Amino acid sequence: MQNKELIVAKGLTKKYGEFIALNGIDFSVQKGESFGFLGPNGAGKSTTMRIIASTLTRTSGDITVLGKDPEVSGPEIRAHLGVVPQQDNLDQALSVSDNLYIYGRYFGLPRKFIRSKIDELLDFAALTDKRDSKVEALSGGMKRRLTIARALISEPEILMLDEPTTGLDPQARHILWDRLFRLKEQGVTLLITTHYMDEAEQLCDRLMVMDKGSIMAEDSPSGLIKKFSTKEVLEVRFGSDRNAQVAEKLKTLCERMELLPDRILLYADDAEKVLDEIHKIGLHPVTSLVRRSSLEDVFLRLTGRTLVE
Amino acid sequence: MSNFTRQGSLKLIDIEKAARRGTLYVMESRLRTMGRFIFSLISSSVLNPFFYLVSLGIGVGTFVNNKAGSAGIDGVKYIVFLAPALLAAVAIQDFMSEVTFPVLQGFKWEKLFFAMNATPLTGRQIALGTYFSSMVRTIGSVVIYFLVLVGFGAVNAKDAWPMALTSLYAAACFGAIMLAAAAAAENDDLFLNLMGRLLIMPLFLFSGTFYPLNSMPVPLRLIGWVSPLWHSTELGRWVSYGHHISPTMIIVHFIYLLLLLVGGLTWAFNRFEYRLSK
Repeated sequence: MQNKELIVAKGLTKKYGEFIALNGIDFSVQKGESFGFLGPNGAGKSTTMRIIASTLTRTSGDITVLGKDPEVSGPEIRAHLGVVPQQDNLDQALSVSDNLYIYGRYFGLPRKFIRSKIDELLDFAALTDKRDSKVEALSGGMKRRLTIARALISEPEILMLDEPTTGLDPQARHILWDRLFRLKEQGVTLLITTHYMDEAEQLCDRLMVMDKGSIMAEDSPSGLIKKFSTKEVLEVRFGSDRNAQVAEKLKTLCERMELLPDRILLYADDAEKVLDEIHKIGLHPVTSLVRRSSLEDVFLRLTGRTLVE
Repeated sequence: MSNFTRQGSLKLIDIEKAARRGTLYVMESRLRTMGRFIFSLISSSVLNPFFYLVSLGIGVGTFVNNKAGSAGIDGVKYIVFLAPALLAAVAIQDFMSEVTFPVLQGFKWEKLFFAMNATPLTGRQIALGTYFSSMVRTIGSVVIYFLVLVGFGAVNAKDAWPMALTSLYAAACFGAIMLAAAAAAENDDLFLNLMGRLLIMPLFLFSGTFYPLNSMPVPLRLIGWVSPLWHSTELGRWVSYGHHISPTMIIVHFIYLLLLLVGGLTWAFNRFEYRLSK
């Protein structure tokens, strides 16, 4: 069962008039894996998620979710999905526990089962003491955790999270990551869209980098970094008016160079050594930073742009 | 933190049962939300008719009855003439507010319908669940209003109860149109303003509510002829005190309202499915 493909897409295309939101993408998601769609706004991540969730029709191509076509078997597929949308859509007039209860009823779950499940989910989401609070009184992080708990009420085969931590403060993000990581450990198949590299690295076994409706690359986070970047990166700043002028002299010191408006990125397996050589040729950057390559560097390499522009 | 004891949705969910009962699940949710406001719903259902009947039935009624003399209005006391119209008006207004606001909330304000549609529920079930729960609330309002009318001596409970049914029928028919219109509304502010100022107010004033429609100039009668409130009021007056209508017109009233129902629900299903898949 471990290698069972829960989602298979071939040539998946979505057009809105002349605009191509998805340009014939192929991918598959295995049971138990945590699969991420990484890309900037407008990359086609949410469109892909909505087609999987059978709430948006495709223009062409094929897709099966749990072995069924979303356009033919929408309700049957949705019965086994847990969906966490980008924007929380909780019922503000109801209490925390009532939100979980009514959502469970939408799946036709027995009342007794839902009641016992609510205790478990409130505990999971660290919201037990907020059980009878109205949703509107909750913080942003709490609402997000409640939305995730709500999506888990039916014990879905696939949990779909669209930008799960956008708009949350760092502490709330880490609490959420912790909860999602526990789900992953328990074998829940996770489907995540994000434009945060750290989130993708933390949570995803396998990533599909998307831009303008197309797949740029697909691999594990470390595999992508290995394939498309060097081990380390040296970031140097000479001042925005001098960066371009100095960059020409630095090209030969590294494997690859990216000139950004505010800094120069020098890619090498030993970035400290590159910094020494810069000093040796008489150049002294205003600031310098040696760091490990990240998915941001992968995205820059693949698209020529940063993820958050 | 406890660990999940997962059984998995493949084992937990009976998809055929969920598909059969989807509309009921939406109703359950809507009624649960209404339950949060039960006190204000019931108190408005009692106070609204009370004030109307004191003001119009007794206040204006005394004046009208004195002027009309023994002939009355349409052969009856003013409060008897007024009662079917007020009952129909409250049924239509309550049904309308129960479909309008939850639909705007569902599609625009809190996007609750998108949350529902992420489950096995379909657009049609969400539309029907919202519609039938509005019906439940309206039945409650009509029953309370009817009892207040009986209390005021405006109607005889034994003879006039069918007017509660004609009021509900009109509310259900017009409510179907409003369900669709709210689902089609992209601009909620504009929609609510148009409804309040250009629909509800003329509908209430020019549907033969306070005086017989044929006492109005013909151009204004046109508003009454298209208004579900007039059709309902005519039927209500016929069943409650024997207001004269030709058999043809009885059929016209029923069929006109039925067309609103069928057309409204068809349009509503289409709009719900469209907006959820946009």
